[in-house]
Amino acid sequence: MTGGNLILDAVGKEYRTAGAPVAAVQDFTLDVGAGELHVIVGPSGCGKSTLLGAVAGFTDITSGRIDLDEQLLCGPGRPTAGIGPDRVVVFQDSTLFPWLTVADNVGYGLVAQRRLSRRDAAGIARGRLQEVGLGDIAHSYPGELSSGVQRRVEILRALVMEPAVLLLDEPFRGMDAISRSAMHDALLQIYDKFAVTVLFITHDIEEAVYLGSRVTVMTTRPGRVKTTIDIDLDRPRDRGIITAPHFRELVGEVSDAVRDEARRAFDVGEREMVR
Amino acid sequence: MTAISSRPVLLRRTEKVETTAFRRGAIGIVIFAAVWEFATRLNGWVGIRVPLVAQLPPPSAVVVDFLKLAGSPGYWNSWSLSFQRVLAGFALALIIGGTVGLLMATRPWFKRMAFPVFECLRPIPPLAWVPIAIIFWPTQELSITFVTFLGALFPVVLNTVGGAEEIDRRHVLAAQSMGASRSYIFRRVVFPALLPSLVTGAAVGMGITWEVVVAAELISGGGRQSGDGGLGFLVWNAYEGNNLPRVVVAMISLGIAGYLSSGLVRALGNRLMPWRRVAS
Repeated sequence: MTGGNLILDAVGKEYRTAGAPVAAVQDFTLDVGAGELHVIVGPSGCGKSTLLGAVAGFTDITSGRIDLDEQLLCGPGRPTAGIGPDRVVVFQDSTLFPWLTVADNVGYGLVAQRRLSRRDAAGIARGRLQEVGLGDIAHSYPGELSSGVQRRVEILRALVMEPAVLLLDEPFRGMDAISRSAMHDALLQIYDKFAVTVLFITHDIEEAVYLGSRVTVMTTRPGRVKTTIDIDLDRPRDRGIITAPHFRELVGEVSDAVRDEARRAFDVGEREMVR
Repeated sequence: MTAISSRPVLLRRTEKVETTAFRRGAIGIVIFAAVWEFATRLNGWVGIRVPLVAQLPPPSAVVVDFLKLAGSPGYWNSWSLSFQRVLAGFALALIIGGTVGLLMATRPWFKRMAFPVFECLRPIPPLAWVPIAIIFWPTQELSITFVTFLGALFPVVLNTVGGAEEIDRRHVLAAQSMGASRSYIFRRVVFPALLPSLVTGAAVGMGITWEVVVAAELISGGGRQSGDGGLGFLVWNAYEGNNLPRVVVAMISLGIAGYLSSGLVRALGNRLMPWRRVAS
């Protein structure tokens, strides 16, 4: 897959409230390279999800612009990017369709876009499932699966669409530590296979460093780029590196940046803004 | 046994559960009949009149009368007549109620307009419609079907609206973000998401159609030559002829007919919703 260069240029988003408008995101500039796994971390309510929503086309922006492969997604004269299959979102909770088998779920987008018949799409889906070791569950319904497997299927469903950018909004939130680390490896396995641009949002620092090619730390509201840190760890990565001194160093660097923002957010006592 | 064949094991277990359930159900029926028989006979044996039950014919007398009745085509004709009325009213209610419910759920202006009218019509018992139904339609058959239809209509509409309101918006968003068109989202997200409520509405509606058809048949007096006016008419006709065992035969027939039809709705629902079978 070529393409997937996502550029956010001085993006701002203000919410109109009863009083003065509240700036959720301000002057946010970021260049995510094609095929990069870029992680955004920040304290609760810093506008991470707002940004992701703006890229996905769920929310509008009030200033700046967002471009995908030199095409304007949203910006001057076009406040909202259209929702489209080139930018697929995987949400915090499963949105797999309970009434479709896993194979039909994974093939859903291909059929919806009339790219393929249902049978062909399910065939491709089965192939993809097999590649990541999930071939056995192609005929199961989502209700029969553990939440971890559901997550993996959902990420696969998004990737089968061959999007330019995959948007992950805290996809492993609420999972226990063991499933979470298994999910990290599963995601990296999928990522290495598909070589897609990923924008990943989390507030788990170790997760950010373990997964990311670069990690951007956001400030407390209004959310801006505080710093972007290169994660110069080789891929494919495995669990072994988390005890390596360099990994700890990077985690330390990110958490230093996050810490004073988190403290500020805590002092202000702000709650996460509803998208 | 190795763990490889986990699926057949699972299947066998469900089968076993089902046969056990069937056996328990059969035992329940036998006990019920035995207690009933015993209670009605106590008076003759030892002179104890069990309140209420003593006035009933014993099940054995009911069976005797049933065997007599089973030989007459009129009885089976009553079955088929009642079933036809129920199914016709029910099918109409499903089609029209489902459409109205969907319209209400997807078009807020329509819901705002239609809901007050709907809510005023809903509490009117279907039987209160009988005079109007008779005026409305040229034949008695149509009048009865119409009343049956009204009985099932409201639960179907209500459940469809309720189900549509509970559709997970994120499913729609996810489908949109995968490039699905509106009509595709309707067919492959909205409709299956609605199905469980639709089936619930249908099951409730089916129960009501039986209640209604019986009452409608009582009032209309069956219409045709005696004996084939429907199961509801059979109850009334037997009562007027002072044939208590036959009253009970007709009642049990109604019970079985209702059980069969709601079972049919459930089976159809399960067929349409394979994902619900595994989830439960």
